[in-house]
Amino acid sequence: MSAWRSKSVLPGFTISLGSSLFFIGLVILLPLTGLVIQVAELSWQDYWAIISDPRVVASYKVTASAALVASIFNLFFGLLMAWILTRYRFPGRVLLDGLMDLPFALPTAVAGLTLAALFATQGWFGQYLALWDIKVSYTWLGIVVAMVFTSVPFVVRTVQPVLEEFGPEYEEASATLGASPWQTFWHVIFPEIKPALLMGTALSFTRSLGEFGAVIFIAGNIPWQTEVTSLMIFIRLQEFDYAAAAAIASVVLLVSLILLFVINGIQQRYQHISGALK
Amino acid sequence: MSIGIERIRKSFGSFVALQDINLQLPSGELTALLGPSGSGKTTLLRIIAGLEQADSGLIRFNDEDISQRHVAERGVGFVFQHYALFKHMTVFENVAYGLTVKPKKYRPANAEIAKKVHNLLELVQLGWTADRYPAQLSGGQRQRIALARALAVEPKVLLLDEPFGALDAKVRAELRRWLRRLHDEIHVTSVFVTHDQEEALEVADRIVVMNKGRIEQQGTPEHVYDNPANPFVYEFLGNVNLFHARVKQGQSQIGNIALASPEYNNQDEQQGLAYVRPHEIDVFSAPQADAIKVKLDLITIVGPVVRLEALDESTGQLIHIELPKEQFKTLQLQQADTAWLLPRYSKVFLGEGI
Repeated sequence: MSAWRSKSVLPGFTISLGSSLFFIGLVILLPLTGLVIQVAELSWQDYWAIISDPRVVASYKVTASAALVASIFNLFFGLLMAWILTRYRFPGRVLLDGLMDLPFALPTAVAGLTLAALFATQGWFGQYLALWDIKVSYTWLGIVVAMVFTSVPFVVRTVQPVLEEFGPEYEEASATLGASPWQTFWHVIFPEIKPALLMGTALSFTRSLGEFGAVIFIAGNIPWQTEVTSLMIFIRLQEFDYAAAAAIASVVLLVSLILLFVINGIQQRYQHISGALK
Repeated sequence: MSIGIERIRKSFGSFVALQDINLQLPSGELTALLGPSGSGKTTLLRIIAGLEQADSGLIRFNDEDISQRHVAERGVGFVFQHYALFKHMTVFENVAYGLTVKPKKYRPANAEIAKKVHNLLELVQLGWTADRYPAQLSGGQRQRIALARALAVEPKVLLLDEPFGALDAKVRAELRRWLRRLHDEIHVTSVFVTHDQEEALEVADRIVVMNKGRIEQQGTPEHVYDNPANPFVYEFLGNVNLFHARVKQGQSQIGNIALASPEYNNQDEQQGLAYVRPHEIDVFSAPQADAIKVKLDLITIVGPVVRLEALDESTGQLIHIELPKEQFKTLQLQQADTAWLLPRYSKVFLGEGI
C-alpha cells in the first residue's frame, strides 16, 4: 500500500478515495440498502406475486418496448445531431448545442405537460397527425415521444466529444484512397464512434426505463395499456404498500444494473483492444 | 504524370493564402515546396490533391484539366504529417484499404490484394508488421506504412504534407534519405511540403521557395542555393550575416574590404546589402589590412564544427562565423579574445534596409 502510494505523484490518494467511498455509501448504497430491507420483509411467494402481477407485467412490456424504440430512435437522431454539431459551422450552431442539454435542465414534468399539449388531438402537432389518424398523446406512442425527448442528450453528449477529437485527416485519407463518403463513414468513422454510440444508446435506454415525470403526463395511464413501471411503483406508494413498491423497484433496479454492467464490460473489452496498443 | 498549376488563387476570409500561382512540375520529379508557415505551401498541396478548392485557376495532370474532379477520382496518393493511419485496422488492412474500397468490378481478388500489400510492405521494409496495429509502431514506421498505403492505389501523383515533421531529428534524416532512394526506384511524380531547408536541399530534384502566397524562386537545389533570387530566399536557405555595402562597377565594398560582384559590372555607385554566409568568413588571430576587428563573444563547438559569435565593437553588430574545428584549433583563440575577420564571398542586393 505505502509502496505504491509513495510512487504516485498525485497527492491525497487516501483522503480522496476515502471521501468518495463515504459519499457513494451515503447517497447510493444507503438508499439501496433501504430498498433491499423493504423487499426483505416479503416472502418469496409474496415477492413473486407482486412482481408477476399481470398488470405489472403489462407495464414492463409497455416500458421496455417504448424504451427500446425510443433509444433506437435516439441512436440515429443523437448521432445525426452530434454529427451536425461537430462537422458543420452554421449560424445558430452554438444555440443548438446549448439546446441539446435542455432535456436535462428542464423539469421532466414540464416536458411531459408540454409534449402532451403539443401532441393532443387539438394541439399544434396533434391536429396534423390526426389527419393521418395518428394519435400520440395518451397512447404508447406518447410514451416513446416523452422518452426520446428526455434521453436524447445521452447519445449526443457521449458521441460528440469522440467525433470532435476524430480529426478530418482520417476522412481525407480515406477519400484520397478512393473511398466514397459512405465507405468512409462505414469503414473509418463508425468503428471509431461505435463504443461511444453504444454507451450513449444504452444510457438512453436505462434512463427511459426509469422515466416518470415526463411520461405520466403524456401516457394517459390507462391500466394494461399505457402504464409504465415507475407509475406502478408510484401507485403502490400511494396505497402505502411500501414493500410492494420496493419489490417492483427492485426489478427495475436489477435490469438497469445488469444493463450497465454489460455495457461497461463491452466498453472495457474495447478499451482493452485499442487502449493497450496506444 | 506532369502537374500543371495555372493562375491558382485561394483566400480564407480576408487572408490570402495563394496569389496567382503558376508552376510546371515535370513527370517523375521529386519537388519540394519550401517556405515558412503561412506561405501557402500546404494549401497549394491540398489544392493539387483536391482536398481544397481553389477560388480560381486550373490544375492539370498531363495537360488534362482535373480542377473539377473529386479527390477520390484524382488518383493521388496523399501522406499526412500525423500519418492518419486507421487505428482500428491492422497494418495490412490499412495498406489494403484503397484496394478493398474499389467498386466490385475493379477490385482485385483477395489473393491479389494480399500479394500486393505484402510487396508494398517489403518495399517500405516493414513486412513483419502486417498483423500489428499502428499504435504498436514507432513514428518513422507509421509514416512508412502511410506511404505504402498511399502507393497501394498506384497513384499518378504522390503528395506528402510535411511527412517528416512529427519525427525526431535522427529518424527524420534517415527517412528522408530513404525517401530519396525510394523515389529513384519508383519514379512517381512527387511533391512534398516542408519548412526545413536542409530537408528540401537534400531530398528534392527541384525546390520551389514560397513566401506569403507567392513563389519566390524555383530550380534545382544547387542552383537556388548558389543563386538566390532575392534576400528572402537567401535568408531562408541558411544562416546569414548582413553588411551595409557600396556597390560600384563590379565591386562591392564592406567597410574597406572590396569583394568582386561581377553581376553589377555596369553599376554606378549605389548602396546595397551584402549577405555573407557564416562559413564564408576567414578568421585571423593577428591584425590584417582592412579586416573587421571583433571580440569573440561566444565559442560553441558542435562536433566537427566551431560556431563563433563575434562582436564588432565599433558598430555593435554581431557576426556569426562557422569554421572547421581543426582550423579553429590552429588559431589558438579563446573566448573574449580579439580577432580579425575577412569575408571571402558575398551576395549583394541593391537597395537600403530590409
